[in-house]
Amino acid sequence: MGDYIVELENVDAGYPGATILRDVSFSVSRGEVFALLGGSGCGKSTIMKHMIGLNPVLAGTLRVAGLEWGPRTRAELCRKIGVMYQSGALFGAMTCLENVMLPLEEFTSLKAAARREKAMALLADVELADAADKMPQEISGGMKKRVAIARAMALEPEVVFLDEPSAGLDPITSSALDDLILKLRRERRTTFVVVTHELASIFKIADRCAMFDKARGGMIALGAPAELRDRSPDAFVRRFFNRGGSNGK
Amino acid sequence: MGLVYSTGRRAASFAASFRDTCAFLGEAFGAMAGVAPRPRSFRFRDFALAFQRAAYEGLAITSGIGLLLGIILAFESAAALRTFGAEVYVSDLLTISLFRELGPLVTAIVLAGRSGSAFAAEIGVMKVDEELDALTTMGLPPVRFLVPPRVFAAVLAMPILTVCAELAGLAGGAGVLQIMGVPVPVFWAHVKGTSDLFMVGFGLFKSCIFGFLVGMIGCGAGLSTKQAADGVGVAATSAVVAGIVAIAVADGLLAVVCHVWGV
Ligand SMILES: Nc1ncnc2c1ncn2[C@@H]1O[C@H](COP(=O)(O)OP(=O)(O)OP(=O)(O)O)[C@@H](O)[C@H]1O
Ligand SMILES: [Mg+2]
Repeated sequence: MGDYIVELENVDAGYPGATILRDVSFSVSRGEVFALLGGSGCGKSTIMKHMIGLNPVLAGTLRVAGLEWGPRTRAELCRKIGVMYQSGALFGAMTCLENVMLPLEEFTSLKAAARREKAMALLADVELADAADKMPQEISGGMKKRVAIARAMALEPEVVFLDEPSAGLDPITSSALDDLILKLRRERRTTFVVVTHELASIFKIADRCAMFDKARGGMIALGAPAELRDRSPDAFVRRFFNRGGSNGK
Repeated sequence: MGLVYSTGRRAASFAASFRDTCAFLGEAFGAMAGVAPRPRSFRFRDFALAFQRAAYEGLAITSGIGLLLGIILAFESAAALRTFGAEVYVSDLLTISLFRELGPLVTAIVLAGRSGSAFAAEIGVMKVDEELDALTTMGLPPVRFLVPPRVFAAVLAMPILTVCAELAGLAGGAGVLQIMGVPVPVFWAHVKGTSDLFMVGFGLFKSCIFGFLVGMIGCGAGLSTKQAADGVGVAATSAVVAGIVAIAVADGLLAVVCHVWGV
């Protein structure tokens, strides 16, 4: 089986009655930072929703930590993953701190003070300790995403899915976020599956990436970013990676 | 061909929504039954907030409507009974109609308008903002997380609100009769004589049933919100409409049951 945390075999992705990507196969190794790339509307969020068990795949098999999503495995798999949605999806009725504390409250036996301390540490990691008592409506889009990342990390999941973490962030925060991802990967061997458009970020953090295309309805490239930039047989893929000049690793 | 096609489509969508409703009911009942063995899983704070909004903040409007109802009923019936010089029986009429029927019914309709729509809108916004997806991937099934606190709040709020509406209605009636020359002590004596524990208790039991229906329908409408610009509005509207229809149907059924039992 290899040490793969996410495996897709001949997966058709989409919604009932609307196949968007056909015959997608790739695997994400443990401890890897894996990027999902492609133009807007090509199906990156769709394929991520399959990976996090929200929508069943239309065909093929998808395994997370060796298990397929199903009623029996759901509870176990949910404990292994953390998710940051494209919109943040913070709970609007709770403060930022309460949002981060919620998974701790529901799934750990930590005392209230310990939960609070841990949640504050997580918020400090994303540099938002001072926004702890704000409501989600009172903070900016980029801040929401960072709170959502803190929430996704709360239970120290094995694999974290991030849907466009750096969209809407300034370059400095965005780069700090990249550093955070690398640090967590180093310290906890957390795996990251990241949807992103930022070339700089791809070259900085991604070990490998998969690229999708809407017109061709499938995956068009798979490999390390630098390798795809220099040696992809596909001119479109090479052009995508060269867009940002030569800011390689 | 077109007719066959559209009929088939409609049947399929009806079947799908029927299946969703059954799934929701099954999950919701399971979730509520699961509170007893695992009280820790109950979101007490959500319950407290929903209860405060339904009961405490709804107290004034419900009592106000009860008061008006009592005044109007007393005026209308007194006008008819005066011809026989029987104004004093207005109190009997008021007691029976408020405790048995109008108290629970009117309170439930107000609850459907205030809390049923609020539940649907709250949960609908959560759905549109992907918050329900976030709950799901955290391993917290949205039905288990969101429905029991709200339904329990509605069920518990109803009897309290109903009692307030009924007392306010009686007070309104007493005021009207006082003006018409029936003293308040006489009014109360009639109220006491006409009402019994069963009548009041059955009215409160009915109000709990109505509260349950409003809570379930509000949450169900919110959970089935469509991802569209007007999705939340449609959900809130359907929560109120379906809630009132369900209240009327349940009231009718309970009336039949009462008739059969002869109470
Ligand atoms: N619920 C749905 N039902 C049917 N089709 C959908 C649904 N949601 C999205 N789509 C379609 O799926 C396609 C892919 O959408 P998706 O959200 O996965 O794109 P994306 O790659 O994440 O784009 P972006 O970078 O803008 O977030 C789009 O063409 C969209 O129209
Ligand atoms: Mg997307």
